[in-house]
Order: sequence, then C-alpha cells, then structure tokens
Amino acid sequence: MTKEERLKKRHRAEKRFRFYGLTSIFVALLFVVILVQNIFSKGSSAFKKTVITTEVFFDQELLEIQNGASQEEIMEADFYDIMIENLIKAYPAKDRDEEDELLKLFSGDAEIEIKKAFLNDNNLIGKTITLDLTASDDIDQLHKGNYPRDLPEERRRISDFQLVIYDYFVENKKISKNFNNYFFNNGDSRDPELAGIGGALVGSFYSILICLLLAFPVAVLASIYLEEFAPKNKITDFIEININNLAAVPSIVYGLLALQILLATIQLPRSTPLVAGITLALMTLPRIIIPCRASLKAVPPSIREGALAVGASKFQSVFHHVVPLALPGTLSGTIIGLAQALGETAPLILIGMVAFVVDIPSSPVDPSSSLPVQVYLWSESAERGFVEKTSATIMMLLSFLIVMNFIAVYLRQKFEKRWN
Amino acid sequence: MNIVLIFLITIFSVSLFFYGKSKTKTISIKDNIKLNALPKFYGYYLVLWCSIPALVFLLVWSLFEPVIIKSIIIETAANQGAIFSDKNEANLIYEKIKAIHLGTYFGDIDSILRESALAYAKFINLFTNSKVVLIFGIIIASVIYSLKKIKNNNKARDDVEVILKGLLFVSSLIAILTTLGIIFSLLFESIKFFSVINIFDYLFGTNWSPQRAFVRDASSITAAEFEELKDAFGFIPLIAGTSFIAFIAMLVAVPIGLFSGIYMAEYASIKVRRISKPIIEILAGIPTVVYGFFAALTVGPFFRQIGENLGLTVSSESALAAGLIMGIMIIPYVSSLSDDVINSVPQSLRDGSYAVGATKSETIKQVVIPAALPGIIGSVLLAVSRAIGETMIVVMAAGLAANLTINPLESTTTITTQIVMILVGDQEFDSPKTQSAFALGLTLFIATLILNYIAQRAVKKYREKYD
Repeated sequence: MTKEERLKKRHRAEKRFRFYGLTSIFVALLFVVILVQNIFSKGSSAFKKTVITTEVFFDQELLEIQNGASQEEIMEADFYDIMIENLIKAYPAKDRDEEDELLKLFSGDAEIEIKKAFLNDNNLIGKTITLDLTASDDIDQLHKGNYPRDLPEERRRISDFQLVIYDYFVENKKISKNFNNYFFNNGDSRDPELAGIGGALVGSFYSILICLLLAFPVAVLASIYLEEFAPKNKITDFIEININNLAAVPSIVYGLLALQILLATIQLPRSTPLVAGITLALMTLPRIIIPCRASLKAVPPSIREGALAVGASKFQSVFHHVVPLALPGTLSGTIIGLAQALGETAPLILIGMVAFVVDIPSSPVDPSSSLPVQVYLWSESAERGFVEKTSATIMMLLSFLIVMNFIAVYLRQKFEKRWN
Repeated sequence: MNIVLIFLITIFSVSLFFYGKSKTKTISIKDNIKLNALPKFYGYYLVLWCSIPALVFLLVWSLFEPVIIKSIIIETAANQGAIFSDKNEANLIYEKIKAIHLGTYFGDIDSILRESALAYAKFINLFTNSKVVLIFGIIIASVIYSLKKIKNNNKARDDVEVILKGLLFVSSLIAILTTLGIIFSLLFESIKFFSVINIFDYLFGTNWSPQRAFVRDASSITAAEFEELKDAFGFIPLIAGTSFIAFIAMLVAVPIGLFSGIYMAEYASIKVRRISKPIIEILAGIPTVVYGFFAALTVGPFFRQIGENLGLTVSSESALAAGLIMGIMIIPYVSSLSDDVINSVPQSLRDGSYAVGATKSETIKQVVIPAALPGIIGSVLLAVSRAIGETMIVVMAAGLAANLTINPLESTTTITTQIVMILVGDQEFDSPKTQSAFALGLTLFIATLILNYIAQRAVKKYREKYD
C-alpha cells in the first residue's frame, strides 16, 4: 500500500467515525420526535368529545316536580323516564330492540346532563329545549375516526343498526364535537367518555405540595450545614456517602420503605396524597441536596471573608450573604427535583394509589390518584377510548414538566451571578 | 386539635419575640448596662426555646398516639370477649370501634363493640388532655428557663446560633435516617421471609411462582404447604430476566450514548452542542411511565407485526421491546457522563498525539478513550444500576411469568415487576408471598449499592488522576 492510499484510508476512517457520532445524536433526537409525535397524534383528540344534539321535552306527566322546584327537590327527582322518552325520539326506531340499541349510543350520564339543564332553568316543564348530550365511547371513537367501520359486524363493538343511526345523525348534522369538559373536571370512571383527570390533577397537586413543604427546607438546611458548618470528620463523611447513595437508590425501594414505615408502622391512611408526598419528599431530598450544595459551593470565599472581616458572625455571613447569592441555583435545583417527583410512579403504586377513586379528593388525607398513576391505570384498560385519554394525560403531564423545567432554567439564567 | 396547638405555639412565640426585644432594651436603658447582643437576638432566643421543644414533643406524640391507642383498644376488646384470630381481624374490629365513636358505623353494634367504643372515647379524651397539659408544661418550663437566661444578659447571638446549628445538623441527619429506614424496613420483612424459606433455596432456585405460595396461617405452616413453598421462590429466573433486559438496554444505550458523548465533546461546534445536549437530556426527564406506555402500546405490537410478517412468533410483551425502550431512556445518562469524562482529559494528551501526525479519530480511539476509560466504565455501571432498578417500563412492557430464556422475542420478567405484582392490590400481610417482595427489594438495594459504589470509586479515582 502506498503512502497516499494509506492516508486516504485513514481519512476515510476519520469520516466514518464522525459519521457514527453524528448518527448517534441523530438517532437520539429522532426518538424524541417519534415519541412526542406518537403521543400527540393519539392524545390530541381527547380534548374534544362527541355530542349528539337532542331535543328534550320536559313532560309534566313523567316528572314528580313542578316548575320552580328547589335545588334539593330537583336533585332528588327521577329524570329517567324523561331521558328515555326523549332519547328514543332521536331516531325513528321500529321496536324495543332498536330502541335499546339507540339508547346505547348515549353516555351513561345522559340523565344527569338533562337534570343539570333543568337545574339551570327550573321553569322548563312543558317546554322543549335542544341539548348536546355526550355520546357513548364507541360512537365517540367512531366519529373521531379511531374506530374502523369496515370490520365484519361480529368483531365490532358497534352493530350494523347503530351504524345506520350514526349515519342518520351525521346526515342531519345532529352529531358534532365539543370541548371535553369531563376530561378536566371528572374523576376516574369505568366509562371512557366520562373519565377525567380531575382527581389525578388534585392528587398530584397535593402530593407535590407536601413534597415541596417537606423536602425544600430540609434540603436547604442540610446543604448549608454540609457546605458551610460541618467539621471534617467521620460523621460528615458518613452523611455525604449516604446522600450520594440515596440519590441512586431505585425509586421502588422508597415505595417499600413507605409501605413498611408509613403505612404498616405509623399507620397513615393508604392511597392518600399525604403518604405520597412524604414518600416523594424522602426520595427527592438527596436529589435536591446535591444541586443545592453545588450552588453554595459556587459562591466564592471572598464573599464570606468580606462579611467576616466587618464583624459578622459565621451565621450572619452565611445567611445574609452566601445563601441569598446561592438562592437561584437552589430554587432551580428544587424545581427540577420536584419535576422528577411529579413523574414518579412506582413508589405511588406500592402505597396503594392505584385504587379506583371516582371522587375528587378534597384534602390530602382523602384517597386519590395522581397523573402518572392514572396513565398506568388507563393504559391497562382495554377500551379504545382510554388509549386516547392516556395519551392526553401524558400530554398534560409533559406540559407541566416542560413548564417546570423552563422556570428552573429561567431562574438560573436570569438571577444567577457568574463569578470569574 | 394539633392545628390549634400549633397556632397557639406560634402566637406565643411571636409575642415572646416582641417581649424579649423590648424588655432587654428597657433593661439596658434603665440600668445603663451594655447588652451582650442586639435586642432582637433575645427575641429569637425566646422564640426558639418556646417553639422547638413543644413542636418536637407534639410530633413525637402524634406519631405514637394512634399506635398506642390501637394496641390498648384491641386489648380491651379482647378482655371484653371479642374474638379475632389474626392481625387483620383485630384491625377490622378496631376500625369498627373507631367508626362507632365517629358515628359513621351503621352495622349491628353488640355489647362488646359498645363497651370498647366507650373505652376508645375515654382513651382519646385522656390522651388529648394529657397532650395539652404536657405541651403547656413544656412551654412554661422552657420559657421560664430562657427568661432567666435573658435576665442574666447572656450572649444571645451565640446561643441562638448554637441552637440553629443544631437544627442544621439534625436536617442533615435525615439522610442517615432514611437509609436506616430503608435498611430496617427491608431487613425486617426479609428476615421473616428467610426464616421460612431457606436462603439457598431462594438464591439458587430456578422456579419463581409466588402465586402458588398461598398460606392460610403463616405462624403454623403444614409440611405439605412447606413443600409447595420451598421451591416457589427461586431467584435465578428473575435475575436472569433482569440482567437480560438490562443487557439489551445497554446494547442500545452504550454505543449511541458513547458516540454522541464523543461527538459532542470532540467534534460538535458550540452551537450544535448547545442545542443537541438539552434535547438529548429531555430523554432523561420524560417520566418512565410514558416510556412504558409507548413500549406496551406502540413498540410491542409493532415488533409483533414485523415478526408475523417474517414468520416469527414474537410475544407482545417481548424482552426486546422493553429493553430497547429502556436503552433509549438511558442514552442521556451514558452520553452526558461520558461527555464530562472526555472533556476532563487534559488537552496536552491530544496535542501530543496530533504532534506525531495522528488524525482526530485516531487520537480519540487510541489516546482519549484509553485515558478516559475508568470514567467511561463508571458511567456505564451507573447506567446499568439505573436499568436494573427501573420499574415502570418493565411493569408495563415486559411479561409477568418467570421464564428462563435467552430469546429476546419471548417475554421475561424482572425483579421490579415482581415486587409491583406482589404488592399491588390487597396484600395478605405476614404471608411469605408479601415478604418475598421485601426480600427482592433487599436484593435490588444491595445490587444497586454495590454497582454505584464501584462506579463512584472508578469516576473519583479517574478524576483525581487528572486534577
């Protein structure tokens, strides 16, 4: 091989090596795009729900209440007959079987929706109004185009006759898509069209709030101690080793810790944001201490020495000068730690947050779910409608994380002093 | 009640602050003496003495009160003649008694329950009263003590700082307490588990089927039950499955992560680096449950479809899908750590290599990487420990049955999956099945601890070499 050939070969190897590097970065970036695109394409339709425009006539004979009834009377009254009478008029059905199939096109909450309309205006008896009633999950998915209608009938959840009704609705413009208020306001439900993340949102909020209240002060105090006051001795070394190890312990181990200590020994209530918050705080603590210490360490010694030189005590130099300067880094480290805690699932599953909770929790000691656990729960469900809801929940979760990370970056760039 | 107490303590503290501040001021003016600290420090001194002992007492009391009351009540119920054979039934009776006391119980109330509920009300009253009395006693004692100190014109600033320093020290001790808590809670149940199951049967058994191990009464296991139990908890299939999925993950993460780390450290312009590094790190910020969802709903079925087209049987919960997605999650851990490590290789080594005519890639391959190797190995080990402790991806995308297999298209299970599966839903406490989850947790904890220790040592040694 001549000199020139060898040089060419070496240069080709150089190019190939660069190409490998560039490809790896490209593959990683491509995956981010695929993942986000996949979630968004599946989830964005969940923010709208399919409604069927129906005329509702409030027949005095089918109701036991009068015009001007009080709120309690309406809440207790039975609207089932009114619902049936009006819904079967939506399509000219021939017999009972056809009427049953027609009724299945509406959600399980049709009666409540009619009742709510009456609650808003209690003078409706004898009058007819048009209402947008939520459609059942199957019709919802069909209308959104997520459900193939060219399958043979026995493999479909929608019968041929229901398809005929659906086409009739489409032709008469009785079916449309509205903003999905249920998705944000409702708790969990077995029916995809009624299920929402309201409960999970509140549960996550309480958990993260408790986590913040516990982890932030302790982490800041601990890092101040370790960085500024701790003498160099065995105890300090031991604490440092512990913190570094705890930051790398798998999160599921914290779930076992919570199960044994918080639930079995102290007997705090199961499935509650309180327990979740404490567990997440224990888990996030070392992850906050590490950036806090880094930002304290970044404050140059001249600041401390300047304070000491004019007669401040060690405490005053730390709390009046070092800590305020380190605060932006401390806060952004805390926010990133909380963002990790917000997405954490495994320990919450172990403390029983997988329970099926319909009610929206009103305090941190009520059983509840949380956003990531809701994702896990719904992804286990078979209904097509839950795939869309799961993806939409992930979209909400990711947008919270993005906002938190942006705040962290902003705090650091805007307020952190650079020392050169 | 606790909220009222905390509120009262706060009010006392705030008023004591102003009292201490003005009192010392007037003393110094009236008696014309020089104070040893600014007046506000005397205020702080009083606040700390008034609040900390009382709050610590309140916290400890609230932690232990329910447990103590419960054991007392269960005992009184037993004395009344209530019959319960195990802990669960005792708990149920206790819950009933509590519900009767709160007026939310609508079942039949017999004389035993009624008597116990009365006893419960009595004890709750007693405990609450003694709590209030004790807290006020503590506050009065500590306030008298601190007022006396102030009268003697103590060095309040120094004293306040000593107390605060103690507070800082206690906060940093929480890390040790957490570790102790983890070790205690894992060991406690594991020891019970290993008293039933031989540790060698666990470590070297090749069959994992805890669902078979149903025991009615853990305290008296019959010989037949024991035979069933003995070989239901073999750890080998789990560690095999865990390592296998982690191995697939590393096959994805190490090349991609390492090459992107090298490219970003050695080739990329500042502009490319500034954009691509945060985007790759997004991968580490996405919650693992999202990856799990993606693996289970998109990647798994996709592989099965490909397999069908090629005439292969691919399980929809294949180890391949879980491992691949886990690998992608781990890419940023490998890439940013190796980026850091490569950046800290001294420039002089590279310059030496260029000086003898090596190309850039030759320099990287023959000089930079060998120099950075301990650090790179350390970062790979950290990534491995992430992979074996990862839970949600495998729970959602890997299988449940413990198969001993090295076919990536079949489903396998992992340690973390089994922990979740055993502990989700209603657990029968004190059964070997529940305890086995803690034994698995202990094994996982020890394994990750060893990996992290080695990794951190490697990285630290490497750093010291070039500092």
